[in-house]
Amino acid sequence: MQKRQFIQGAVLSAVALASTVAAAQDNTFKIGLILPMTGPFASTGKQIEAAVKLYVAQNGNTIAGKKVEIILKDDTSAPDVTKRIAQEMVVNDQVNVLAGFGLTPLALATAPIATQSKTPLVVMAAATSSITQASEYIVRTSFTLPQAAVAMADWAPKNNIKKVVTLVSDFGPGFDAEKYFKDRFLFNGGQVTESLRVPMRNPDFAPFLQKVRDIKPDALFVFVPSGAGAALMKQFVERGMDKAGIKLIGTGDITDDDILNSMGDAATGVVTSHHYSANHNSPLNKKFVEAFTKANNGLRPNFMAVGGYDGMRVIYEAAKATKGGRGDALLAAMKGQIFESPRGPMFIDAQTRDVVHNIYIRKVEKVNGQLHNVEFDTIKDVKDPGKAK
Amino acid sequence: MLTILFDGIAYGMLLFILAVGLCITMGLMNFINLAHGAFAMVGGYIAVVLMQQYGVPFLLCLPLAFVGAGLLGAVMERTLYRPMYSKPHLDQVLFSIGLTFMAVATADYLMGSTQQIMQLPDWLKGRTELLDGALGMGHYRLFIIAVCAALTVGLQYVLTQTRFGSRLRASVDDARVAAGLGINVNVVFALTFAVGSGLAGLGGALGAEVLGLDPTFPFKFMVYFLIVVAVGGTSSITGPLLAALLLGIADVAGKYYIPKLGAFIVYALMIAILMWRPQGLFVRQGGK
Repeated sequence: MQKRQFIQGAVLSAVALASTVAAAQDNTFKIGLILPMTGPFASTGKQIEAAVKLYVAQNGNTIAGKKVEIILKDDTSAPDVTKRIAQEMVVNDQVNVLAGFGLTPLALATAPIATQSKTPLVVMAAATSSITQASEYIVRTSFTLPQAAVAMADWAPKNNIKKVVTLVSDFGPGFDAEKYFKDRFLFNGGQVTESLRVPMRNPDFAPFLQKVRDIKPDALFVFVPSGAGAALMKQFVERGMDKAGIKLIGTGDITDDDILNSMGDAATGVVTSHHYSANHNSPLNKKFVEAFTKANNGLRPNFMAVGGYDGMRVIYEAAKATKGGRGDALLAAMKGQIFESPRGPMFIDAQTRDVVHNIYIRKVEKVNGQLHNVEFDTIKDVKDPGKAK
Repeated sequence: MLTILFDGIAYGMLLFILAVGLCITMGLMNFINLAHGAFAMVGGYIAVVLMQQYGVPFLLCLPLAFVGAGLLGAVMERTLYRPMYSKPHLDQVLFSIGLTFMAVATADYLMGSTQQIMQLPDWLKGRTELLDGALGMGHYRLFIIAVCAALTVGLQYVLTQTRFGSRLRASVDDARVAAGLGINVNVVFALTFAVGSGLAGLGGALGAEVLGLDPTFPFKFMVYFLIVVAVGGTSSITGPLLAALLLGIADVAGKYYIPKLGAFIVYALMIAILMWRPQGLFVRQGGK
């Protein structure tokens, strides 16, 4: 197996070397965009695709005299497919940069290809802390879950939330959220009385919520995938837990802008921490949201869209600086970019290649008859706590 | 404590409605239909689309989901399932699981992959507390229990007391002799299959609120259906009912008292019961 991998790697890097020579005469700048366009995470893919199209429409499709070509492929959120597509893109299409990656396993599966072929890889969605450590060529423009979890753990104790029960989905990002929230919350003098993990295929939240109700904490901290979040919030209210004085807090995944409006009144009052809200108050964001909704039939951009939009910005600027270059030069031009995104100010940390941005504390409220995450507190320049050392 | 019991019963009842159609096709018609969950999903989508996009009242959505899934079941029975009746079980399993994959892909294509969110009418949203809060009952769960109880009584009556019930049982026991006695076996089977699918659709519509609804629904709950059928035995209505209740209560209580092991309790219980009674909890003597 190792031998096979070695040969694969050797062949790949040989081809990549050859390709750098070949591409020197090529007059296109190719972006290989790999997204889950079908399957359970298709909404992630749709949001990012729309954002990428919007960015190209706004910024033109030529950089330094080279035509920008975007090759979009669907990986159906299966890691082996992602890896295969990435390989094809690097070897056959000779892309300058790989981008997309809807989920953590997809990004991790592709990391070796980025390293071997020296192709920069821009993660636009996946949020587990360790991704950028998997390859020197990975740059992230989405966010990391620990950033959001830690921000909430800082905010909560200052707002009379001392006793918390955590409830997360039983998978990687869930553990991340649970661990970083708990560590920071304990450090801040809070108390986590119970940590519940819900199976991914859990059909009914009733027993978990009843348990929380009987423990009577000040708040319930939640991380679950966004669709499940809606069901959880409804059952939370149905069980009368809001009336029993328990607050619902969590990372912004549970109040995803994409579906927030259809969650109904159960969502109002939920406090979450996240890096982007479609309601973010800045001229740039207003422009972004307006253009996005107009181009996509009223679809509201969510944090996935903004990750894709900013990812394109990072790629474009790096391509301009290197005149449509590739490999190490292109990567170097991505590091350290500071700019204003629709989410607010952000930059790409030159050391970790990870995103640094503000985390906002938001509350779900009705704005002009629509449910929105309204930001009311800001924690500035949050680095990924997973790489503190 | 009582609340947990109540939630468990509601959850069990829901499982029962979802699985009872499978019990009928599997136990009475001796056909393994793994695509059963797909009919439940169809019912769920019918209800959600009617409610959210056309503003049809919730109570009307339920029978429509039943009828919609039932009609689809009837059509499928006539065109696809009937030739499969005489095939070996492995063929049936492969056929129906293929059908499930197609249903999942179709739902994904038509409806998108996101979770569908349903807004219940206000009168179902509340909650009643009894005995100083020791027993809290969500109104929607009460509603589920009521509907399921009514259905169980009705089904039991039809199967054991009516002429149609005896025809069905006769057709199952020996289709050739039943046909010889003048029973139109094909019609009986088609009707039974349609009703089974319709019940799944109704279960899907009722469950969309509690269980969630997305294109992977048929796979998510396939295991639960099969557990209900395997544990309950397939020859009566009461067997699966008790099995579903037992599973619902065990699942909810397990997750409440031992959250770390919660997801395993159902499976452990199933293994224990099947080792004790390999034929299922309740078996009709002398049947096939």
